[in-house]
Amino acid sequence: MNGGDILSLITVFVLSAFVGFEVIAKVPSTLHTPLMSGTNAIHGVVLVGAMLVLGTAHGTAQMVLGFVAVVLATLNVVGGFVVTDRMLEMFKVRKPAKAAAEPANAVGPGAEGGPK
Amino acid sequence: MSLGTGIRLADLIAAICFILALRGLTGPKTARYGNLLGAGGMALAVGITFATKGLTHFLLIVGAMLIGAVIAVPAARLVKMTAMPQMVAAFNGVGGGAAALIALATFLRAPAGSLAVYEVVEVLLGVVIGCVSFSGSCIAFAKLQEIMTGRAITYPGQQIWNGIVGVAILGLGVTLCVSSVNWLIAIVVVLALAFGVAFVLPVGGADVPVLISLLNSFTGLAVAASGFVLHSVVLVVAGTLVGASGTLLTQKMSQAMGRSLPNILFSAFGSVITATGGAEGDTTRSVRSASAEDVAILLAYANKVIVVPGYGLAVAQAQHTIRELADLLESRGVEVIYAIHPVAGRMPGHMNVLLAEANVPYEQLKEMEEANPEFQSADVALVVGANDVVNPAAKNNPDSPIYGMPILAVDEARNIVFMKRSMRPGFAGIDNELLFDPKTTLLFGDAKDSLTKVVAAVKAL
Repeated sequence: MNGGDILSLITVFVLSAFVGFEVIAKVPSTLHTPLMSGTNAIHGVVLVGAMLVLGTAHGTAQMVLGFVAVVLATLNVVGGFVVTDRMLEMFKVRKPAKAAAEPANAVGPGAEGGPK
Repeated sequence: MSLGTGIRLADLIAAICFILALRGLTGPKTARYGNLLGAGGMALAVGITFATKGLTHFLLIVGAMLIGAVIAVPAARLVKMTAMPQMVAAFNGVGGGAAALIALATFLRAPAGSLAVYEVVEVLLGVVIGCVSFSGSCIAFAKLQEIMTGRAITYPGQQIWNGIVGVAILGLGVTLCVSSVNWLIAIVVVLALAFGVAFVLPVGGADVPVLISLLNSFTGLAVAASGFVLHSVVLVVAGTLVGASGTLLTQKMSQAMGRSLPNILFSAFGSVITATGGAEGDTTRSVRSASAEDVAILLAYANKVIVVPGYGLAVAQAQHTIRELADLLESRGVEVIYAIHPVAGRMPGHMNVLLAEANVPYEQLKEMEEANPEFQSADVALVVGANDVVNPAAKNNPDSPIYGMPILAVDEARNIVFMKRSMRPGFAGIDNELLFDPKTTLLFGDAKDSLTKVVAAVKAL
């Protein structure tokens, strides 16, 4: 990697940091937990890196490291999104009138509880 | 279009998905859609990685992913809503661990001495931050899961030891940059893991969730560092997004508790104060306890009842019962609202999630600013399993560790009913003056049992 590459990565880093700050500037405290859980899932993208390490591994040590990394990263990404979705599912079933209007989404634990 | 360009384009689309996902997660209506968009971007980024030139060991990769998924899906689906915070801690920890392993593997792959200084720095950042996040999350998990005490753990010279470990890591890092003694990285790993443990031990009680949020942003930064190591733009973008937004979120959370972040991290909350508050407490003063029937009468003939739910309600899984009680009272013409403290439960927003699970109408949930003026006109404030968030010491007692934390103005209501398991202080370990107030009635017992009895008593009226 030459100097230009590292500079462009640093550019990406700095701009992403600003976007990260700006994009969640306004968030109601109700959503703090789902947001934390959602960002937790997004850093599961580390799976991509783990795949690259395992996929180009030579020798047992690298292979073991890569394998464990892929398992851990998959835990992060899959668990993260599923947990977040479960939290948010509950915010969904609030308004029965609206839920009835979109029958396609009427699945999940709350659906049968809503008055028809 | 070459394969390489295709991968880069896919990474760009994934990065856009992540940004839109974060934006979506900040609004109640768009949150679920945002999360799905994030998952979609993730699927794209992971899927396209299989097309990377020179990638082998496909079976191993798929096998490892299957193992991860087979553990993660049931764990995430079956975990109780009350155990969410530690689940997030666990998933966060493994992410940090993965980032550390990636940096470590890349370092071991390069022949000794062949890496430029900035490359060694990238590796070290990935390894150190990832390890701190991993071991820190493990301890946070253990605290919330009550495998170990949730209280702050302190020992003499704590900050000095932390300082020494920090300096040692720094020194080893510099040595690694200028020499090619590669095995030193093993010591860095051990020290970083120890630092993560030492960092989390003195944080106790209600502060642990804030800490998890901080560790979450650490993992984001570790991922960004491993993105630098692997020259992967999508890792840098996603990791940095999480690092930045996680830091901001951590600040917002500590603001909601009326405390500064350094104060949370270094003040060893809840370790000494119990003694001062408790000495004059239980033995000398009397409290007024009542039966479920008394409470039922008080509630049923009120005009306005404000429910203050806390972690105790969540532990007892009583969210459905409280809703049943609220419905019953409403059918008798009582106005019922829920006052939700920002850190009710164990995480900001945790209580809203739990009450939503019980189909409590959104309009009845009032955030603290909205709810506090209502207490003056409330006949009964029904506090179920909450303690610290209604403790007037936060307003009146400058010596109290929670002094300055915004609280729900329960003391302004005409009557206060506490449903508590015992006289034990709350999660922060501080006694609550309000329990001894003459207008306070206590109903001892498991929140769900108590509520069920009250429901039965109201029905019988």
